[in-house]
Amino acid sequence: MELALFIIFGLIAVAGALNFLFQRHPINSALSLVTVMMSLAVLYWSLGAEFLAAAQVIVYSGAIMVLFVFVIMLLNAGEEERTTGSRMAYIAGFPGAAAIFCLLSFVFLTERKALGNANIGGYLNNFTSNISEISTVLFTKLLLPFEVTSVLILVAILGAVVLARKEQ
Amino acid sequence: MSPNVIALLPEIVLTITGVLVMLIEAVLTPGTSRKSLGWFAILGTIASGAAAFYQLQFGTVQAYSGSIQIDAFSVFFHVLIAAVVLVTLLGSLDYFHGHATHAGEYFALSLFGAVGMMLMTCSVELLMVFIGLEISSISTYIMAGFRKGQATGSESSIKYFLLGSFATAFFLYGIALAFGATGSTSIAAIAAGLGSSATPLMAFMALAMIIIGIGFKVSAAPFHVWTPDVYQGAPAPVVGLMSTAPKAAAFAVLLRITFSGFPGFEPRWALLIGIIAVLSMTIGNLGALLQKDVKRMLAYSSIAHAGYLLVAFTAFPKDAIASAAFYIATYSAMNVGAFAVITQVSGYDETSRTAEDFTGLALRRPVMAALLTFFLLSLIGIPFTGGFFGKFYVFSAAIGAGHIWIAVLGLANSGFACFYYLRLIAALYTKSLKDVTTAGEDIAHPFTATTIPAGIGLTLAAAATLILGILPGQVLQLAQRAGTTSLAPVEKASMPVIEVK
Repeated sequence: MELALFIIFGLIAVAGALNFLFQRHPINSALSLVTVMMSLAVLYWSLGAEFLAAAQVIVYSGAIMVLFVFVIMLLNAGEEERTTGSRMAYIAGFPGAAAIFCLLSFVFLTERKALGNANIGGYLNNFTSNISEISTVLFTKLLLPFEVTSVLILVAILGAVVLARKEQ
Repeated sequence: MSPNVIALLPEIVLTITGVLVMLIEAVLTPGTSRKSLGWFAILGTIASGAAAFYQLQFGTVQAYSGSIQIDAFSVFFHVLIAAVVLVTLLGSLDYFHGHATHAGEYFALSLFGAVGMMLMTCSVELLMVFIGLEISSISTYIMAGFRKGQATGSESSIKYFLLGSFATAFFLYGIALAFGATGSTSIAAIAAGLGSSATPLMAFMALAMIIIGIGFKVSAAPFHVWTPDVYQGAPAPVVGLMSTAPKAAAFAVLLRITFSGFPGFEPRWALLIGIIAVLSMTIGNLGALLQKDVKRMLAYSSIAHAGYLLVAFTAFPKDAIASAAFYIATYSAMNVGAFAVITQVSGYDETSRTAEDFTGLALRRPVMAALLTFFLLSLIGIPFTGGFFGKFYVFSAAIGAGHIWIAVLGLANSGFACFYYLRLIAALYTKSLKDVTTAGEDIAHPFTATTIPAGIGLTLAAAATLILGILPGQVLQLAQRAGTTSLAPVEKASMPVIEVK
């Protein structure tokens, strides 16, 4: 069951990501990104991370993608113009990305015994819902990072105002 | 006062000042001078530095369930960051003359950026480090693009934003892997969990990712490609700030993570950082040699200096932290000073860009030329300047740990670096052809007098560079104390009740 879910939604995610890259119209790309986000949410859920799955749907598919689509609509962006791309991307970019992918796969595969397996619906098996765990940690141990995020958001808003305002 | 408030005092002071600056800016009539806001921001920065000094008496204190730790190490970097921001603010008070549109936001962003950097230096919890890193990065991304009229400004900002976000992703991935390998994001708990970790390879990958992320932020080779373009396009005072304070904060984070979080992996990461150090020194110095634009040259020079600094990581822990902290202080003083001079000489529109434009500066503005010469000599590492002692301590610490090869490469590099610094100094004292033809009436370089606040800022930077070169004792002592306290284990009772008399 887990394996089947993983394979189906993993494939959908990869296909969505590829479609995202190859589509020429921004709206099509944005919509395929929604597909990627939703299938990732299913993967998170099947790995026992219910909170992450819910946050993924609400934050990414809900808030961020809606904003993307709005911006694309407002800018009235047409089909993108293709350039040949930089030579550095082909010489260093693709081998570099492949090397990092291989390295990470190697690390995870060598240590797969120690890492263990994930079960579908983690809290059904050992009765610890990670939602309550996360909320406890967030408001006790990680209270300061949680609160200081407000400064981060303030800086981002201030920056948006600065960049959007007209020079006088 | 509760220990939590005391531990966070410098950040609280800065945040309140920043919010007030932001709110007052909104009610001021458009077009009026924002200088009063700048002075207010300067007061806030001084107060925050004083608050950091005040924390020194409490020894090592952990607050907010062990997210942040106040010790001599954090105080050292807090004061350093406050000083850099102070000099930058003083230098940019009159920078926006006639371009007053966003001066208020500029001051607010500097303050918020400083909050982020300070949080980075005192946090012992990787998630807290990440939030601090983001606050400091986002404010510098925006400040890099402050001259919206110029295409290079926007290029600088976008490039910095895209590559910086990419780097942050690496850093975040490192945190996630560290959590996976040790079950915690707290630096002390990572060190404790490392020995019994069932996935040591993953823990090492975590550290490598974190080093890549920090490497981007401190512009160490091979993660340096953004530096010249960003420094060229960003306003000069902003470059002075972002080439020093965020780097100091990032180095503080790297010192904490490597020496306190992953001490068990020392031989491996020392080799990795050693390679990055040699690459940075060599690429930085070779690149600087080819530059005509002075800001680009200083960008490559800052890559080389990141390399010298990384040499310190190969030394024994206590020497390494002390010498690195001292080097960061000297580098910040001389680099922020050099960019303050460039701000004064070339102004908002950057009339002087290349070495040719700086030719004959000694005839037009002798004091500025003398100051720039002094800062450049310090960047070379001539005795009686801060740069000399900085390099001396770093290389002797590396030799002390038996890493002679890296010290030799570093010395060879700093000898080689003399060439391009001296070339610029020589240009300053050469009579330029333009001056001869226009016979004193220099149209290309309109003389703008240095204002009092900018003069104070320059004096502070020059004095700091000089004092670090002649009487380094006090600062070195604090740096050594920083090294000792940041390595000492914290007792379990980490929240003593502090009585304020």
